[in-house]
Formats: sequence, structure tokens, C-alpha cells
Amino acid sequence: MLDDFFTRAILAGIGVALVTGPLGCFIVWRRLAYFGDTLSHAALLGVALAFLFEVNITLAVFGVSACVSIALLLLQKRATLSADALLGLLAHSALALGLVALAFMTWVRMDLMGFLFGDILAVSKTDIAVIWLGGVVVLAILAAIWRPLFAATVNRELAEAEGMNPERANIIFMLLMAAVIAISMKIVGVLLITAMLIIPTAAARRFAAGPEQMAVLAAVIGAVAVIGGLFGSLEWDTPAGPSIVVAALCLFVLSILPVFSRTGAKPAGPDSGSPRAHKGARP
Amino acid sequence: MLNKPEALATLESAGIHRAGRWLVRGVSMSVDAGEIVTLIGPNGSGKSTTAKMVLGILKPDEGSVIRKTGLRVAYVPQKLSVDWTMPLTVSRFMRLTGHVSDDEANSAMSSTGISHLAGAEVRNLSGGEFQRVMLARAMARKPDLLVLDEPVQGVDFTGEIALYDLIKRIRDEMHCGILLISHDLHVVMAATDRVICLNGHVCCSGTPKAVASSAEYKALFGARAASSLAVYEHHHDHTHLPDGRVRHADGTVTDHCHSEDGHHHEHDHDGHEHEPHGHDREARRDA
Repeated sequence: MLDDFFTRAILAGIGVALVTGPLGCFIVWRRLAYFGDTLSHAALLGVALAFLFEVNITLAVFGVSACVSIALLLLQKRATLSADALLGLLAHSALALGLVALAFMTWVRMDLMGFLFGDILAVSKTDIAVIWLGGVVVLAILAAIWRPLFAATVNRELAEAEGMNPERANIIFMLLMAAVIAISMKIVGVLLITAMLIIPTAAARRFAAGPEQMAVLAAVIGAVAVIGGLFGSLEWDTPAGPSIVVAALCLFVLSILPVFSRTGAKPAGPDSGSPRAHKGARP
Repeated sequence: MLNKPEALATLESAGIHRAGRWLVRGVSMSVDAGEIVTLIGPNGSGKSTTAKMVLGILKPDEGSVIRKTGLRVAYVPQKLSVDWTMPLTVSRFMRLTGHVSDDEANSAMSSTGISHLAGAEVRNLSGGEFQRVMLARAMARKPDLLVLDEPVQGVDFTGEIALYDLIKRIRDEMHCGILLISHDLHVVMAATDRVICLNGHVCCSGTPKAVASSAEYKALFGARAASSLAVYEHHHDHTHLPDGRVRHADGTVTDHCHSEDGHHHEHDHDGHEHEPHGHDREARRDA
């Protein structure tokens, strides 16, 4: 059944979605959307370097993304520019460097569009193996650092005071991000990876009662978006990567419709900032 | 009861240097088991910085920090914001930094009076509820050392007294050391064993009474402030209502406090002794 390109595409896409969902939760909780963008833009530089040194593209992309994450951590400590300016600087210079480097390599004939927007319909059996094996490893590591990473997301100092080592969890998380960019670039392309990290997560928020539940839901919604997007692309002959993102967007729009208002998002209880009689006079 | 074991955490002339100046310098202090230490001082005097050195969040640039090995710490930070994107219920929050059994979580929640909030989302809590949730979470960790950074901020006067009672009870029940940063210069809870007054360095320290009457304290905050360092060891036999009137323990309401009222903000507490409070205060609040 793996001989069918469409089946391969679905398997690869689902593999990616299962990983981007849980990681995307942290991107959303920590307000790192632009960080995801930066890493994926830097991926193109990785592609260029892979051609230059004739190494495996996935490995090169991982290496460059990891370097960019570490550079960002170090630059943030010096804090001369604000974080968003730093991210913009790194994102677009890496993208521009990648494009310029590729233009110099006149002997390389490559489909730039394939890297920018992905080429999910061309995934091989090896690609699927890389995605699923890599995905399992990424998820296993994420599960192992889940508690400290989540505690540090809620409050870094609290996590540190109570012995959670948030610094280590942060660095590992950045490396996981680099890994995810590397294995999912082929599916949706560098320009749309951030969408796979953020949109399914945003759609999951409304229905999640806890962080772990939100991670699982985001993975499921991402997988549904992949299936929907691919069938849509087959039906209407649209580009596959963007179709997946459009499908995810549709799920997000569905999730914010009032029809689903408050389902399971919150038990009915004394909350919602209702006026309390705790100010002033006591009976 | 344990008698004088080694201190839970000790600072020895510790200081933090940032951007060309010392935030705090030469701070020596310690917290023992079963002891409540309160840090007071003006804004920017290094209260939080000092607490962070005790916690190990900040490494001192000079001097040293010694923490007992295997010290179990619970921390209630000054600010903690949870925004909409994060679904976080109170019961999940209780387990933020470590495994807590259902029994432990429930007993901590019931002793802080928040059992009914277990399923509520943290971001929807009111200020007073949230501080109770933070305390419950800290309690459930069964800490040796509990560090509270302005635990009563955003809580009204009555709630403040209740929280101070709760903190005292945590100390009594769990026999942990408590380091408390007070947001209000003039208010120190009665159960405090030691007050440390900071102003970039340790300005003075000792029992609440000794600090209030010390020359350094008066020099720093002025004689008027010193005369109004209120210690919550009074009988709160009246409550100030929001409209300015005063309700007394017997239920009567008057426009002003009576001269014989137990505590109000401008009286001179040096002149008379108060009896140690007991459950009568609680009884009055519930009356």
C-alpha cells in the first residue's frame, strides 16, 4: 500500500502532525510563534549548505536550526536588541543567505518551490521512516521533559526555585524544535511549518481542560487537517502543503464558532471573575 | 519538637551586582525550621533579590549561600500570570512541579478553603482565591522551606488577616521555615519571629518590637513610620467598612473607632502590651 503516493503522503503528513501538535502547544503558550518562523526560515540555509557540502538535507537543516536556536539563547542573554528584533534579524538573514548561497551554486538544479511550500506528494518510504522514527524520538524526549518544561512555561522562577532545572528543559525544547523543522520541512515547506505548529493548537484550546489534553487534541486536529487537506488537494487540484494549512484553518474557524461554546473547556463553577463579596463588609 | 537543627538556608554577606550597581550587598541572614522571618524595606531595597538568592534563582556575586542538602522548597512568587492560551485548572496547578497524591492535594485545598475551586481555571480566580491556591500548592509540596513573596497583595484587609492566620497555621502544622516578604512596611504579622529590614543592605533585624524601636528603622522610614509599625498581635475587635464606618465585635456600627479599640492604624503600640491572640479573633471574624 506504500506504493501509492497518496497513501505515503497521508502517512507522512499524519506523522508530522502528531509531533507538531504537542510542540506547538509550547510555541503558543510561550508566545514563540515568531521563533518557529525564524527556525524554519533558517532551514533554507541548511538546504543550501547540504548541497554545498553534499550531506543529508535533514541533518543539515537540523544543524542550522539548532545553531540558530543556540545563537538566539546566547543573544538574548546579552539583550542588546529586543527579542522580536533579534528573531527578525536571524530569520530573514538566514533566509536571504540561503537564497543567495543557492544562486551561487549554479550546478545545483533544485526546485526552490518544493522547499518553500513542501512537496508532500513526493515523499519516499525512507522519508516516512525518518518522519516516524524521528517523531517517536521527539515525542519521547518531550514526554520526559514535560513537567519541568510546563512548569517553566507557567513561571520560570517558580520552576527553578523548586528544583526543576528550566534552563536544561529550554535548551532541549529548542533542539526538539530544530528536529521538527528538519523532519517536517518536506511536508509543508519552510514557509508553512509554523502554521502546523500553531493552527491545530489554537483550534484545540477551546476544547481542552488541561495542558496534556490540549497537546493530544492538537495532534489529532493536525492529523485531521492533513487528511482533509490532502483529499481537498486531490479533489480540486490545489497544492498539497497550502491545502493542509487551509484545512487546519477551517478546523480552527469551526472551533471558535459559538456552537461549541464552552464544551468541556471549563466546568461550571464559581469563576469567570464574577463579582465576589470578598471586598469590604462581611456579614 | 526538633531543637535548633542546622539552618535551612543561610546567606553570608551575599550581594548581587547588576549593571554597575549593587542591588543588595552584605546580606547575612538565615532561616531555621519552624521559624517565620519577614523581610521588609522600601521599594527597590532588594527584598525579592534577597529571597531569590535564598531560593537559588540568583547566584550571589559576592558572599555565599548555604542551603541544607536535600532541602525541599516551595515558592509563592510575587507575580504569576496564566493567559487564555493555557488551560490550567487548580487541581493540575497543584501538581505543577512534582507529583502530589490526591489525598495530599485535597487536604491542602481544604485547609486553605479552596476545595470548591478544584476544577476552576486558574486564570479566572480572584486575587484572594489565587493567593489561597498558591498557598495550597506550596503546602501540598510539604516543604522544609516556604518562601512567600508578598502573599497578601491584592487582598483586602480582612482577607489579609485570614491569609496571615493561614501562614501561621502552615508553620505550626508543618514545622517548616517561612521566609516572607511583606508588601507593607508598616505591617508585620504577629507570628513573625524575626524581622529583617532591608535597604540595599541589612538595615536592622530582630524581633518586630526591637526593629520598630531601633534607631536605624526610624532613620530609614521616619519616626512616624516607626511609631506605626503595626504588628498583628492585636485583638481585632472592630472592622473598617468600605464606607469608612466601623463595625465592632458586638455588632454595633459607628462612624469612628472608639478610643479603647484594640488596633487601628495610627495608635502607638509601644505604650501597651497585647495579649497573644487565640481563636477569639477567628471567632470574631466569623461572627
